[in-house]
Amino acid sequence: MSSVFRLLFAPGFFASSPVHVALVAGGMAALVSGVVGTFTVLRGQSYSGHALADLAVTGGSASFLASISPLWGFAGTGVIAAGIMDMIGIRRPRGRDLATGIVRGAGLGLAALFLYWDTTSTSTTGAAVTILFGSMFTIGSNAVPLVVGFGVPALAVIAILYRPLLLSSVSADVAAARGVRVRLTGLACLMAIALAVSLAAVTVGAILSTALLVGPAAIALRLTSSPGRATVAAAVIAVAMTWLGVVLAYDSFTWPPSHDGWPVSFFIVTLIFVGFIGAQLTGRARRVNG
Amino acid sequence: MAVTMAVSDSAQPGEISGQVLAVEGVSVQLAGRQILDNVCFAVGPGELVGLIGSNGAGKTTLLRVILGLQPVTGGRVSIGGRAKGRGLVGYVPQKIQLDPDMPVRARDLVGLGLDGNRLGIPFPSRQRRLRVDEMLEAVDATRFANQRVGNLSGGEQQRVMIAHALISQPKLLLLDEPLANLDIGSAQEIISLLAKITQRQQVSVLISAHEMNPLLPVMDRVVYLAAGRAASGTTEEVIREDVLSALYGHHVDVLHGHGRVLVVGHAGDGFEILAGDETAAAPGHPDHSADGALSGLEIQQ
Repeated sequence: MSSVFRLLFAPGFFASSPVHVALVAGGMAALVSGVVGTFTVLRGQSYSGHALADLAVTGGSASFLASISPLWGFAGTGVIAAGIMDMIGIRRPRGRDLATGIVRGAGLGLAALFLYWDTTSTSTTGAAVTILFGSMFTIGSNAVPLVVGFGVPALAVIAILYRPLLLSSVSADVAAARGVRVRLTGLACLMAIALAVSLAAVTVGAILSTALLVGPAAIALRLTSSPGRATVAAAVIAVAMTWLGVVLAYDSFTWPPSHDGWPVSFFIVTLIFVGFIGAQLTGRARRVNG
Repeated sequence: MAVTMAVSDSAQPGEISGQVLAVEGVSVQLAGRQILDNVCFAVGPGELVGLIGSNGAGKTTLLRVILGLQPVTGGRVSIGGRAKGRGLVGYVPQKIQLDPDMPVRARDLVGLGLDGNRLGIPFPSRQRRLRVDEMLEAVDATRFANQRVGNLSGGEQQRVMIAHALISQPKLLLLDEPLANLDIGSAQEIISLLAKITQRQQVSVLISAHEMNPLLPVMDRVVYLAAGRAASGTTEEVIREDVLSALYGHHVDVLHGHGRVLVVGHAGDGFEILAGDETAAAPGHPDHSADGALSGLEIQQ
């Protein structure tokens, strides 16, 4: 048992301060992503999540230029983009897809410019990699309160609007007839998605943030049919896979080629992918067996 | 004659009181088009009323007005004597948005009928569970209570939505085209379920439909909607050539046969089935037609 333990947790794992920060910040980001992600999938808003993730690249690269925490950039553009998407009208799929595509393109164009400036001003490629693929071990303990401060409101939105969100995902008219303010509820949910995406962007990177958002949720809804249990399961899966990813990444410092560790994002996203395939296969087996 | 024609504007305040639903002179204009034109009718306690009209006649708009989702340009609606009927109306939409495979079970949706508008996370209680079970049983949905709503058939989804709408014990149940997209067997099951529930739960029911024949045996009264105008009364009072011709603004035939009714309008050389069975157009003249839908029907003059 203890040899397995030693094999999994390389020496110094529990004493390392960057590891502590990665576990806390990554755990919080994963918890928020799992919970918010379940409602993103349930409400058919994965597309919005992807668009917000792309636009987070813009915000992240801008914040590097301004030398502030990338989380501010991720969240700032996310919340603004969510507002714009709501104004465009997220209820008409075709108009929405076109408008989102155009805004997405413009945002990524800006990101290309900002990243170019980032690299020329710092003469490293670190900024681009950090923004796109995250860098859990360099988050810094001063970012932890910020991560919690952005995560708690996102969780609160889902907890408070749990029933209205479910009801309006079944039928907007039924919800409205019951007195639910459907538009406002939807906007609050979109803001929560923007916050979840920006937290995930800090840990696994802007490009991979939707994997953490919809991946655990996609696994969870193959395991259970109850919305409450699916939400809890998605949160547990997201946190477990993030922590396991951190452990494996720490272990990988002794791996080839250069002994400076493989990216945490690689491990987390791969674990999610494997988990999804596994859930898909067992789900199919269960259906066949009745 | 108890027919209230929209054109006559003869709704007496005395007639309206004591009604579960009173629609008084409702007009709606959308983008410059007159969708509803001075519509008047009432639904009494425990009545099952059919809202009949072809597609585009304004049925869904009228239901949305009653639900308070569509502002009117004229007239008013009262439910149980109140202008705001929130909490008194259960609504079953034509289609739900939920994708297949989403983790919302039939019992979750029925539970949301109790408190889906409330904030916060619901705490499971024995009493709540019993009420949901009871309601699922009442619509014969117990056997798929734990299945995902998105994966159920159209008829099964209708049952779950009816349970969802009824569990808060509304005074009025509105159903938007519940029989559209259902096969004949499932449609008959939904109709007999609604007739049973109307009696047992003491709820009034307003069902919109473009086919009136399946509803004929159970309807207490009919509201016939054509081009935004309405005529209401018993089927004998409303489904007549003089009343419907006045409503449509041109001559229509009402054909009876085998306990079925067809409303047929003439358009040029051909004719058009305006209501009754599946709205359809066919060439030729109805009484010379060999068309299957009309065989055995006679024009009653």
